[in-house]
This record gives sequence, C-alpha cells and structure tokens, in this order.
Amino acid sequence: MAEAFDASAPDYRGFWVNTSGRSGLYSWLFTTDHKRIGLLYLYAIVGFFLVGVLLGLLLRLELIAPGLTIVSAQTYNAIFTLHGVIMVFLFIIPGIPAAFGNLILPIQLGARDVAFPRLNLFSWYLYMTGAVLALTSLFTAGGAPDTGWTFYVPFSTQTTTNVSLAVFAVFIIGFSSILTGMNFVTTVHRMRAKGLSWGRLPLFIWALYSTAWVQILATPILAITLVLILSERLIGTGLFDPARGGDPIMYQHLFWIYSHPAVYIMILPAMGVISDIIPVFSRKPAFGYKAIAVSSIAIAGAGSLVWGHHMYTSGMSDMAVLVFSFLTFVVAIPSAIKVFNWITTLYQGSIALDPPMLYALSFILLFTIGGLTGLILGAAGTDVHVHDTHFVVGHFHYVMFGGTGFAFFGAMHYWLPMIYGRMYNKKVATAAWGIIFIGFNVLYLSMKIVGMQGMPRRYYDYLPKFQGLNVIATVGSWILAIGLILMFVNLFRGLFKGEKVGVNPWGGASLEWTVPSPPPPENFDEDPVVTHGPYDFKGAGVL
Amino acid sequence: MNEAAHHKDPTGDRFGMWLFLFTELLLFGGLFILYSVYLARYPEEFVRGGEELNLVFGTVNTVILLTSSLAVAMSVTALQRGKIRLTLWLLASTIASALIFLVNKYFEWSAKIHHGIYPNSPELTARSSGENLFFGLYYLTTGLHGLHVLLGGALLTWVFFLVRKGKVNPDDFVTLENAGLYWHLVDLVWIFVFPLYYLIL
Repeated sequence: MAEAFDASAPDYRGFWVNTSGRSGLYSWLFTTDHKRIGLLYLYAIVGFFLVGVLLGLLLRLELIAPGLTIVSAQTYNAIFTLHGVIMVFLFIIPGIPAAFGNLILPIQLGARDVAFPRLNLFSWYLYMTGAVLALTSLFTAGGAPDTGWTFYVPFSTQTTTNVSLAVFAVFIIGFSSILTGMNFVTTVHRMRAKGLSWGRLPLFIWALYSTAWVQILATPILAITLVLILSERLIGTGLFDPARGGDPIMYQHLFWIYSHPAVYIMILPAMGVISDIIPVFSRKPAFGYKAIAVSSIAIAGAGSLVWGHHMYTSGMSDMAVLVFSFLTFVVAIPSAIKVFNWITTLYQGSIALDPPMLYALSFILLFTIGGLTGLILGAAGTDVHVHDTHFVVGHFHYVMFGGTGFAFFGAMHYWLPMIYGRMYNKKVATAAWGIIFIGFNVLYLSMKIVGMQGMPRRYYDYLPKFQGLNVIATVGSWILAIGLILMFVNLFRGLFKGEKVGVNPWGGASLEWTVPSPPPPENFDEDPVVTHGPYDFKGAGVL
Repeated sequence: MNEAAHHKDPTGDRFGMWLFLFTELLLFGGLFILYSVYLARYPEEFVRGGEELNLVFGTVNTVILLTSSLAVAMSVTALQRGKIRLTLWLLASTIASALIFLVNKYFEWSAKIHHGIYPNSPELTARSSGENLFFGLYYLTTGLHGLHVLLGGALLTWVFFLVRKGKVNPDDFVTLENAGLYWHLVDLVWIFVFPLYYLIL
C-alpha cells in the first residue's frame, strides 16, 4: 500500500522515487504505474517527433530550388513517406492520448491507475516494436518505402521497396492504439472517483473518451486493410488487382474508413487540452460545457462517415461525391461549436498569458484557418482544382501541426511542471512560442498560396515560377526549427533544474491539481470525493 | 505499482473484453464489405465458386463449433457451482473441438490446393475474375478465422491450467468468462462465414 508521503519534505520526489524493488532502468521498463508509462511514451514520442522534423527540414531544403538540389527523386519519395509515417503513426496519433492520456487521465478521474495497468505497459511495448520495425524497413531488403503514408494500391503492391515490413509495423502500432483505447474507455466507465459524475468530467476526459471509441471502432479496419496489402504482396490474392477483377478503389475506401476517423483521433484530444487550458487561464468556468462535451461525441460519430472526401478524384460515382461532400460540411458544425464556446469562455475573463494559454490561443487561430481551408477541400467543386497540390499539404499542417502539435506543446507547458514538480523559464517559453508561431505561418501559408497557384505535392521538382514562395517556405522551416530547439531546451532545463512548484501552480479546479507536484506513486493517499465541477474555481477555493 | 492496491473489478474486465470483441467484429467486417461489393459485381461466379466448396467439411465444422460453444458456456456455469472436474472436462472438450476443426480445415484446404485452387495459382488465374476474387476472399477469411480458432484454443488451454491450479475458481472466474466470450466470437464469425461461402446459391 501507499506509504504516507510527506509532500512538504525538501527531498520529496513523489513517484520519481523508485519503490518497485527493481533497479533503475528496470523500474521503468517493467513499471505498471500510468505516470511512468506516460513518460515512456512521452520520451519516445518526442524523439520520433524530432526525427520527423529533421526529415521535414530535408524536404524543405530540397524544395528551395527547382530540379535536383540535395537528394534524388527516389530519396525524396522515401523521405516524404517516412516523414508521413513517423509523424502520423508515431507522433500525432499517440501523441496526446498515449502520453498525456496516461499521465493525466487517471489522476483527473481520481483513480490510482488505469483499469488494466499491465495491458497498458504491453501497449507501450507494441508501440515501440512497431516503431523499431518501421525504422528497420528503411535499411533492409529493397530500401525505404516510397509509397507515401497512405500505401495506395496498385503502387504499394508492386513497388520493390520494403513496403511489407512498414505495413506490418503500422499493423502492430494500430494494435497498441486499440488496446490503449479499450483501457481508457473501461477506466472512464469504471474508475471515476466518488461524486465525479459524467457532467463533472473535465473536458479533456470527454475528448479522450470520444477518441478512445474511435480508436476501438476504426483501427480494426486499418488492420484488415494492411493485412490485405500484405496478402497482395506475399501471396498475390489479387483483390485490388483490376486484371483479376479486383478494384483498387475498394482499397481507398477501406483505407479511409479508418484513416479519416484517425484524423479525429489526432485532433479530438488536442481540442480536449485546449478546453482544459482556456478556462484555467481565463479564470472563468468553461462556457457551454455540455455543448463542448457532446460535440466531441458528435465529431467522433459524424467523422466516421466522411472518408469519401479524400477520393473525389478517384472515379467514384457523382452521387457518392455529393453525399460525402455534404457529410463533410456536417462535421464542421460540432468543430465550430467548440471554437465559439472557447471564444465565449474568453469573453470577460481575466486572461493570463502564460505559455500554455499562448499555445491554446494560437491553436484557436491556426485550427480555424486549417478548418476553413478544409471546407474548400470538402466542397467537391473546388477540391478537384486543388486536389494533390501544396494547398492540401498546407491545410493539413495547419490542422495537424497548428492544431494538434500546438496543443501537444501547450499540454507540455501546462501539465509537465506538475509531473516533474519543477517550472521552466516562462520568459524563454514565451519567446520560443513567438518564434514557432512566426516560423509556422511563414512556412505553411506560403505552401497554401503556392498550392493555390497549382504546385502539385509529392514531387522533388517544380516549375521555376514557384520558386519565390518555396524559398520563403524553406526559410520559415528554419525559423520554426529554431523555435522548437529553444522550446525543448528550455523545457528540458526547467523540468530538471527549474524552481520547485507546489500544489496547483496554475490554479486549476480539476482533480489533478489537488495532488502534490510531482504526484505520489498512487496519486491519492485517500480516495478523493468530488464535490464540484472541473471548472468551478470558486468551489475549489482557488478563486 | 502495488498489485494489491489495484482492486479487482470483474465487471470492468468483462467490459474491456466486450470492447475487444467489437474490434474483432470490425476486423472481419472489412472482409465482409469486400465480399458484399464483389458479390454484387460477380453474383454468378460467386455461386460457381461456392458450389466447389465441400459442404460436408463445412457442415461438420459448423456442428463442431456450435457444440463447443455450448460446452464452454456450460463450463462457466459448472465453475460457478463449484464443479471443478466437470469444468475441466468441458474445457478439454472445447479445446479438442478446436483441434478437430483445424484438422478438418487442413484437409479441406489441402484438397483445394491439390486441385490447383489457391491464390495466384495458374489454374485459378486462368478462370474468371469473379472466381479469383471468391477464392481469394475464401482463403483470407477462413485463414483469419482459423487463426482465431488457434488463438482461442490456446487461450482456453491457458485457462484450463489456471482452473486446475485454482487461480480461476468459483469466486474469481472472470478470466474463464472472458475466454468463453472470445470463443463465442470465433463461433459467431463462423456462423456468417459458413452460409456466405458454402451455402451461396
């Protein structure tokens, strides 16, 4: 059982103290503590993110001038495939749910751990196995996959590069994602503290809960799709081969039945982070709590029915295009509900521009830009013109990086001081945020414009008339990289050497702010009883 | 983390298992989507393919799986009533059924392969598109199902030893229940596979 921890002692280190009876490294590799598993994920995810950033910088450097600049066409194909696979499957999808979900969800629920702690550790091992296999596929038989992260047939069944191993790696990572989803849904249903009714759940939990359902219901379709690619490549079943009666478009359907909902696996947890940060730094209860909570479920539901909007130019029927286009506009409604409720929460609030809030505010702006340009793509008529151009690349980077990426950084600045018990330098963090924000917009706004002018994506070469904007975009990528370095160095220094923070450094009202920083091994000495809502700052006595 | 501090929650364990079963249904669902689309495009060829499958093997395996599902359900009740020996016998018969099913499948597949009908075979590729798709899907679906039979059998064997050691007992039997649920899923999927492939007319 938990020993009584004296959080006021000068050498107090909470769950960082090894109480497992195993030596150093093993106390991490065999831990079932959700906080330690969350940190294992966090370190791995940040590591892969940095690899992805490096690859992205290489792509931008190649595009600084038309023609061959630094890498050949084949290498360029391999690099953008790997950039996509790493960023999608190893960073954005697991980013917030696996790292911050594990770190925060049980504490916000008033639980000592998730429902299945050992399964949780197993998920991390699956994730790492998949990651290692994905990286191995680069250097073994046939060379790095060159299909793009979507593995479209017929190219993916014919290319001689190492697609089979990469596909198998993604299959394993998908399994890890399913198990985490199961774990979280069960935990939310079964392990809420006394008094923590559904209407008192923090909005981050609502978002994770909706995400977990999408993970459970959509990922198996990806799994079977990947199995089908493997069977095409290894035994030649011919299910997608037109010469044998198969239909390549069926592959695209199956792929996007998962991969569009996966977009919501990426963005919903980010919206949850923002919904938690904004009330705390506005010193005001979240406006429209129910609307935000229900819109998460609505996005998860409606988002499962819009996969066809990736396929307007694939040759599917006009009727299907119309239906999918209509449904795509429907998803914009719950997303807009969230944005309006966040803004209304800010209204007449006492806003504190601390680093987490800066990331949250820029999330609203960047996500709105990304979302609205998404509507241009969702409308079948305009999509045909900008399909497969840099406009699309700009769009999804605004949503995925400007959205999920910024929310991930916001979550790091918001929760990590509590987990580590130490604060980073806020001035440097603010400066880093500013540089990232500027670099981001210079980079991706240029991409959108050059895409609108007609520059296609996924080519290492382009017409000379596009060079001006490409140079600007590449310079933007350098500014962005400098900001990222500054941000990570500052966080790293702060979390290990910064000033100690006590309980509740930001004045939050949900349960994770009632535990000492860092939290004790079992989070709570006594099972907590919840008597007020997650944003009831007066009820929590912090206002 | 101290395991003793983690309270047992059989309802939570069952809940998690049901979620996992949803994912399994969706996994097979992808194959059923392909089946339905291609059936709509090549109805006659699919019927011709179905006529070639051995109805005897299919029927026998259906009876075996349904009976084994009954046995595993009875084993849960037997354990709840404290009849350990009966539980073990029922589990053993389920595991034996899984093995017989797989042996049947082996003979069925080898007969087909012997006749030159397997994915990408010269015999099959010379035939119509629809038949290629039918047999491609047949091998994938029954193969994936067979893998689940194998996993289910392994799972039940593990539970068998847990019951024998008393780790799964009349007071704590959720592991047996969950293994049983998994076995029912294997049965349920087959209930759809059998008519779609063997009884198609």
